[in-house]
Amino acid sequence: MGLSLIFEQLLNGVQFGLMLFLMSAGLTLVFGVMGLINLAHGSLYMIGAFVCAWVAATLDNFWLGTIAGIAAAAAAGALIEMTVIRRLYKRDHLDQVLATFALILILSEGTRILFGPFPLYLTVPDLLSGSVDLGITEYSLYRLALIVAGLVVALGLWALIARTRLGIRIRAGENDREMIAALGVNIQVLYTIVFALGAALAGFAGAMVGAIQSVQVGMGEPVLILAFVVIVIGGVGSIKGAMVGALLVGVIDTMGRFLLPRALGTVMETAAATGMGAALASILIYLLMAAVLIWRPQGLFPANG
Amino acid sequence: MDRREILLNVVLAAALLAVPLWAYFASQPFTITMSTRIAILAMAAVGLNIALGLGGLVSFGHAAFFGIGGFVAGIMAQHAMLGIPVLGLPASNQMLVIWPVAMLLSALAALVIGVLSLRTSGIFFIMITLAFAQMIFYFAISWPAYGGEDGLPLALRNQFPGLNTMRPLPMFLVAYGALMASLLAFALIRASRFGAALMAVRQNPDRVAAVGIDPFGLRLVAFVLSGAITGLAGALMADLTRFVSPSMMAWTMSGELIVILIIGGVGRLFGPVAGAAILVGFEVFFGGLTEHWKLWLGLVLLAVVLFARGGVIGLIAGRERHG
Repeated sequence: MGLSLIFEQLLNGVQFGLMLFLMSAGLTLVFGVMGLINLAHGSLYMIGAFVCAWVAATLDNFWLGTIAGIAAAAAAGALIEMTVIRRLYKRDHLDQVLATFALILILSEGTRILFGPFPLYLTVPDLLSGSVDLGITEYSLYRLALIVAGLVVALGLWALIARTRLGIRIRAGENDREMIAALGVNIQVLYTIVFALGAALAGFAGAMVGAIQSVQVGMGEPVLILAFVVIVIGGVGSIKGAMVGALLVGVIDTMGRFLLPRALGTVMETAAATGMGAALASILIYLLMAAVLIWRPQGLFPANG
Repeated sequence: MDRREILLNVVLAAALLAVPLWAYFASQPFTITMSTRIAILAMAAVGLNIALGLGGLVSFGHAAFFGIGGFVAGIMAQHAMLGIPVLGLPASNQMLVIWPVAMLLSALAALVIGVLSLRTSGIFFIMITLAFAQMIFYFAISWPAYGGEDGLPLALRNQFPGLNTMRPLPMFLVAYGALMASLLAFALIRASRFGAALMAVRQNPDRVAAVGIDPFGLRLVAFVLSGAITGLAGALMADLTRFVSPSMMAWTMSGELIVILIIGGVGRLFGPVAGAAILVGFEVFFGGLTEHWKLWLGLVLLAVVLFARGGVIGLIAGRERHG
């Protein structure tokens, strides 16, 4: 097992982690600012992926597809916020869970009606196909582009929240919503913007992964649950926590799946090691979550004290 | 419970028994199996009702216990058929042996998940129970010994003394009996001192702690009892469908159990029965009309959450009185 292979897997882990960050950042913002648990966040990811794959195939242009995917997810997010989510802010978490679960059913079935029951595929654009020599290993140019894009978006999000007027309002909204409403900020508009921003991030993640996995109904929920794990590890409401948690989950999950079967193979026969290694690797990140819960029940970077 | 709710409960219990009896004489085995499904799903939701209805614990991970119970029934049936012991103990295809094992293992899983997740509350608790259930789901998928992702068929249903469980009506009667026992357990728990303390913790944990009762311990016991009952329902479901697969543990199953409880009425004794009957009825009726019935389920559910809280029992029997 060469060093180059390990390095490649490590990069895959970082790439996976950055996609998880895009999902988790929106979820954690929506929770931090509005106090809402949104199960339908995975549906926005799915919408981004479907619209991107469909537009890219129809217009034969990957870039337009990506833009359309992000725009569609943001628009769907804004629409959902204004029609349904807005009524849930003052409800308890149980109502939020149920209403957003209902949204998953509606959006999944709606997507199936619109795009048919078969998965869509997105091809990597010529500009980003092939691989690039990183010295230690050859690496897929597209995945490298995903890493760069993820980092750029993360940086942009940080700048937005730390450096702009909108960011100040978002942070103020996390601390005391009555106070900023009293200071004349239209809180309703702010909430719609935050929700649409989170939706756009999810849509971007969905659009990006369309080229490395099939685009199908139900693709969002496994990622959503992983994003929950990220948030539990990182701390609810914290963007920094989401970044650290997402990278931890991405790298540990990828490396676990790669290394555990091989490590067990040195002490037992190959077939048994493969099965047990895969089974253990699949629960690794949840064990990490459990460990964080024992050590720090509020997550690594709790946003509010 | 006021008289209207008691009357409604009696009607529900009688109807759930009468429909399959009628179906038996009318030679409608599908209706009997559908009623059995309702009874079993209702029982799984009775389990959840202890945690969610009495304790206010929004568990989005009860599918894990349902699936664990199912796998206990499936694995025991397979070992019993092949005559291979399980962990050194002789396997059995007797339901009366399988049920305690299913309850014990589900309770054990609930204990571990509960100890970890009850350190938190609110939104954290929802996410963590969901995540741990997903962990068990992925483990079941990647563990190849018992079918992995493909699942494990049961050649024969497990046996109950004096009944031929391979026939629809006796299988229904077993499920119905188990449901009634679980409802009795729920009623006894709710009426007990433990139940009173648990409901007090739901309303105000700080006050309960102030009088010297530890909310964590109460919630943990409720969560474990809750998991055990849902696990038993899982074992019955495996026998009914003669098949277990990781899909029993999928997150959608956890969602369905919550939906059943909400449609029927959270914390109400017969809420799970009403909810399960409505959900299965909806699936059978609209599923026959359109393949996109889940779209309509979503819309109805959304309308119920936004505009009609209290569930069906609440709608018919009035809001629950406090104090």
